[in-house]
Amino acid sequence: MSKQYETVIGLEVHVELATKTKIFCGCSTEFGGAPNTHTCPVCTGMPGSLPVLNKQVVEYAMAVGLATNCKINQYCKFDRKNYFYPDNPQNYQISQLYLPICHDGGIEIETSAGKKVIGIHEIHMEEDAGKLVHDEWEDCSLVDFNRSGVPLIEIVSEPDMRSADEVIAYLDKLRLIIQYLGASDCKLQEGSMRADVNLSVREAGASEFGTRTEMKNLNSFKAIARAIEGERARQIELIEEGKKVIQETRRWDDNKEYSYAMRSKEDAQDYRYFPEPDLVPIVISDEWLERVKANQPELRDEKKLRYKKEYDIPEYDINILTSSKKLADIFENTIALCNKPKEVSNWLMVETMRLLKEEEKEPDDICFSPVNLAKLIGLIDEGAINRTVAKEVFEVIFREDADPEKYIEEKGLKTVNDEGALRSTIEEIVEANPQSVEDYHAGKTKAMGFLVGQTMKAMKGKADPGMVNKILLEILAE
Amino acid sequence: MAERITDETIEYVGILAKLELSDEEKEQAKKDMTNMLNYIDKLNELDTDGVEPMSHVFPVNNVFREDVVTNGDERERILANAPAKKDGSFKVPKTVE
Ligand SMILES: [Zn+2]
Repeated sequence: MSKQYETVIGLEVHVELATKTKIFCGCSTEFGGAPNTHTCPVCTGMPGSLPVLNKQVVEYAMAVGLATNCKINQYCKFDRKNYFYPDNPQNYQISQLYLPICHDGGIEIETSAGKKVIGIHEIHMEEDAGKLVHDEWEDCSLVDFNRSGVPLIEIVSEPDMRSADEVIAYLDKLRLIIQYLGASDCKLQEGSMRADVNLSVREAGASEFGTRTEMKNLNSFKAIARAIEGERARQIELIEEGKKVIQETRRWDDNKEYSYAMRSKEDAQDYRYFPEPDLVPIVISDEWLERVKANQPELRDEKKLRYKKEYDIPEYDINILTSSKKLADIFENTIALCNKPKEVSNWLMVETMRLLKEEEKEPDDICFSPVNLAKLIGLIDEGAINRTVAKEVFEVIFREDADPEKYIEEKGLKTVNDEGALRSTIEEIVEANPQSVEDYHAGKTKAMGFLVGQTMKAMKGKADPGMVNKILLEILAE
Repeated sequence: MAERITDETIEYVGILAKLELSDEEKEQAKKDMTNMLNYIDKLNELDTDGVEPMSHVFPVNNVFREDVVTNGDERERILANAPAKKDGSFKVPKTVE
């Protein structure tokens, strides 16, 4: 009988904070600038430059720590992590080793296996590195320090996860907490959230951990799930062949679905940390801590409870509406304008989701404004357009954030409420289709649908279906 | 006194610092580092029971900046310090992981 193995997984998650400036200098963190246009002597490691800590970084780190049930180190410090790499201009990274800002927390996740708390060992603040681009034409690399010094927090979990499902649930929960706090947009694809996976396997029931490897370069939930499966299989195979798992860093290649040992930098990882002499300690007073606590926004779990109470919508819908901060914001802001929670929920749950899927986008990519959705709902409500036209208009709102009032005016989509005009069109249709009229009187109800369809076609969809039905029945009864 | 800095230690420290040392330089470095450690030993003669480890000379805490952009595009001045540059970037030997 083959042996049973248990997978043990811990995560190191790096999150880029949503500050306007870098952690130690007044350079912008904005994306997309030309190379090195957001740099200064501090973030390029020029001799003699001195770092000054961005207060907002400390506040965001505290907020994330509090939201993940961590204890806050009210006395904390920075340390230097020493290593050589061209994207690291100082030859050290300013990080926290001895007294990280948050420690000993945890968040509850839910998977098909049930609820479970994943421990958070610590959260520390640090700076990001620059970007290395390999030059296509010359045998060299180019360094852009625009990202150098962008503030990061690293969230180190306990080795509490046992499956890819649990890892995804943990990451998703973490992502939502941080997004709701406004501390980061947490986009895996764009690198504002990065996860390194520490994984080992052991025989089921064993009390000792096996040797772990660390996997990097995971930039989607799918890649993470595949990497976990791949690495688990690789380690089990080694063990079954009587070989040893080597503790090393591996790079996941999602196209080849295999991980490769990263060339070891000729030495053991020895970062020779020591206290950062250029930065003074941070002392977080009780008052400061209380102020950050008091300013914590409503998080997802609280929001879910409130939606249930205030809007009386199904739990399934609540789960989806709160699955992205962006979606929840649009939902609430639209309700604030039109006071029709069910109607708003319906447009978001059905049409928005359909269009997102069609365009392979995420809720975070939504770019229409609550004002235009509220206007659309108002137009339906006052009978200015029917539902079929409304769906068409919504697509334009979804794609271009168009103003529905202007749009239906320009395109002449307003419902024809002129009963006389509608009645004469229907009379013409009835006259032109004697066979259908006969069928209708013979009890074939399908004929009615045909006549409604013909009328709508003649009216270019701008008739109110209720009114068409009513008039048609009157005429047929004559 | 036992040899405090071994040949292996010098070799290892050299690798970490990315330095290629000649045999003479290694011997000199061994002597220098041993002297430094001996000097540190002097400090151990002091009674430091109950004294918190110090990371700064001055009793200053909480030096912060507000999150406001103060720097503009200084690329040309920053790149003026680069030994080699190309396309607005620092040019370095090919580096791939
Ligand atoms: Zn800077």
